[in-house]
Amino acid sequence: MKSIYQALVDIVDAEHASDRPEELYIYSFDLGTAEPHRPDYVVAPRTTGQVQEIVRLANREKVPVVPLGGGLSLAGLAVPLRGGILVDLKRMDSILEVNERGRYAVLECGVSQAQLTSYLARHHPRLTHSEPGAPPTATVAGNVLIHGQGDLAQPYGFNSDQINGLEVVLPTGEVCRFGSCAIGVSWFTNHPLPDVGLFFGWCGTTGIVTRLSIRLYPAKRIRGVGQFVVEDEELVPEIIGKITATQMAEDVIAYSRAIPPFGLGLQHFTVNIAADSEKELEFKQELIWDDTLGEYISRGDGGYLGFTRGLEHPQISKTSDYKKGGGFEYVGSIMPIEKYPECYRKGREISERHDIPYTVTGRCIGVGHSMMFAWTYAFNRADPETMNQARKALHETDDLVLELGGVIWKPGTYGQQLIIDRLDPGTRELMRRIKAVLDPGGIMNPGNWEGI
Amino acid sequence: MFALQFDEDKCLRCEGQDCLAKCQYIHSEPGGAGKEMVKIARGEDSFVLHECVTCYGCEEYCPMGNHPFYLIVERQEVLGISPVPRPLIKRAVNLGVPFRGEPAAKEINGPVLNMAAFSELTPLIQGKLFEGLPVISTDGRKMFHYFCQLMYLHYGRSSIINERLPGIIATIERHRPTKVVCFHDECYGTYASYCPAVGIDVPFTPIHFYEYLYDRLTQLKELIRPVGLKVAYQRPCSSRLSPDKHLFVGEIFRLIGAEEVRREYVDENALCCGGTIQGQRREGSRKRAAGIQNRNIEDMKKAGAEVCVFNCPACLQTLGGMVAREGIRPVHMSDLCRFAIGETPAGWEVTR
Repeated sequence: MKSIYQALVDIVDAEHASDRPEELYIYSFDLGTAEPHRPDYVVAPRTTGQVQEIVRLANREKVPVVPLGGGLSLAGLAVPLRGGILVDLKRMDSILEVNERGRYAVLECGVSQAQLTSYLARHHPRLTHSEPGAPPTATVAGNVLIHGQGDLAQPYGFNSDQINGLEVVLPTGEVCRFGSCAIGVSWFTNHPLPDVGLFFGWCGTTGIVTRLSIRLYPAKRIRGVGQFVVEDEELVPEIIGKITATQMAEDVIAYSRAIPPFGLGLQHFTVNIAADSEKELEFKQELIWDDTLGEYISRGDGGYLGFTRGLEHPQISKTSDYKKGGGFEYVGSIMPIEKYPECYRKGREISERHDIPYTVTGRCIGVGHSMMFAWTYAFNRADPETMNQARKALHETDDLVLELGGVIWKPGTYGQQLIIDRLDPGTRELMRRIKAVLDPGGIMNPGNWEGI
Repeated sequence: MFALQFDEDKCLRCEGQDCLAKCQYIHSEPGGAGKEMVKIARGEDSFVLHECVTCYGCEEYCPMGNHPFYLIVERQEVLGISPVPRPLIKRAVNLGVPFRGEPAAKEINGPVLNMAAFSELTPLIQGKLFEGLPVISTDGRKMFHYFCQLMYLHYGRSSIINERLPGIIATIERHRPTKVVCFHDECYGTYASYCPAVGIDVPFTPIHFYEYLYDRLTQLKELIRPVGLKVAYQRPCSSRLSPDKHLFVGEIFRLIGAEEVRREYVDENALCCGGTIQGQRREGSRKRAAGIQNRNIEDMKKAGAEVCVFNCPACLQTLGGMVAREGIRPVHMSDLCRFAIGETPAGWEVTR
């Protein structure tokens, strides 16, 4: 009988399957604090058909399958907790279609954020997508599947709200399509077919998305970032409310951080504004800075820091420089915006208790319907003690999210268990049944959402 | 501690009252300036304290050498009349806090070039013009140990300057410099104007960057090929603290064959870049700054400028993109000088 390794080589080729320790090591950890676990095999398929064959092989051999995009979740979501076959999807990186009129793109699951951004800039400069603050190698599909948010989250919501269709290889090897593509027409909408949203937020435990259609948006000729600052954190929710009410902004983020020291104890806002002309830009700026925030400026409570052309995507990863050894991880949460002051104060307390310079960020989602609030903790990769401190801080923060009435975003196993413990029994039972139906062999990314 | 030397009698004797008469941002009745300055000196409120945009201009205009601007800032702080909102003050005060350990104090025992809080701009000090000149504050993580602090004049916070400046001077002094060439003219103004005005000792001789450039260009004269460009100069606010050095702008342009275009907003009549004004507390400050910037750039365009020359990195950051969008190339003075001696400044594509 063929070995699993040989079977994987037969599915892809020897260049794209491996059981060599030095290559498995690379796939044994992510960039956060999760404990490393080695896969037994790693395979990099190029086609949906190859993914099907890999999944069928895993079912036959009863070995786990862990799908991997950019590997940048930080929460250990693609660390193979039970070993098995790690499926590195980065070779499936074709941009299959960009529909200029219908404003959507059909992508393979390994397409990275930077790849799509540069492709659109080169070939479709009037279109853009909601690009997250993740490093450029993060995949579009990976971000969508964890309910990521990008720089158009304020007007358009989560990136998972901006899906027109999916192609998925189920844990049993069948291929399913969702959205308009399921009835053989173009990938232009996800509605109004029956809702089968079985793959978002499941951390790769219900299938492997191989293709997706995402919505694109008009790219204005001028895009830039204005900045505003207040000292009183209690003002943040009302200011976000007022800015979003103008409907003149793209991204709206509030943040505070201890390093560099200029931000200490202050709440900064970055407000992305886009326009096709100087006239439109000035109109929007006047509405936001003068008409809406002018009262804070004249009272002396808020300060305008200027508008800079060009977009800089927020990079929480800069905090990895706070301690030698360059490591960081954050707890993200989806939180009501009115909770910003408490999130800031309590997060700062946790950081200070663990001797970590604090960094907190709140990105507005869906015209103020919620925010993604993140607490970031730096650690030294070469120092287990600082990793331990960060891990404790992360777990305390997971607890804090639920205490404050939020939901943990892309939870690691600790956060998943906290959620499971609080789940409505009916919901929990439904999730258990769905998982059992979709993945009867229990092969998909085991260790995640266990115990539902 | 330190005390500003201000003599209100000088204001009463002053005939020109240029401090306000020449101010481009405050309208005052003829002959009213002396009265207002005396009120300010006596600790009384004055409309000047509320309307000052902190352009530094009156330091240059004052024919009596009486430091009206330093007085205005000092009284703004005492009376709690802050020109900018409180969070901007806190942010600025935080900004100057060193946070990455102490800098290594290598003894030079000779002239040095101090990059101060612009360590990341070392690409602007490359080539023959700077050969043999040791540079201090080249580490961006430690640069706030060399930060002259004078920026706090824009924030109505003289006390921060007075509190921190002796420590900054001590850090520089640890390098045992004889002369300190100041990359930014705000540093030069600090050591040559502000320190003497408030009684802070400066144990080294500050040298203005342009004076240094002029001397080096003179030494390298045989290398100079006239640049043949029509240039406008964006004079920074801190240049008002050393008007005697401003003449080097014209001297350098003559030496390198740059034609300074004839403008309305030049020399004493120069306009602020607007970077500070846009964030001020008074209603309409953002628009006011934009209006000043438009006037300034339109003036450059009307005069036929091909290049806008900057000294101050903050002016360059504020106005650089704006002039570029109008077809005027933003250039730092040191890069223009390097170009004149046949070098290719960082990031340039040169075709001669």
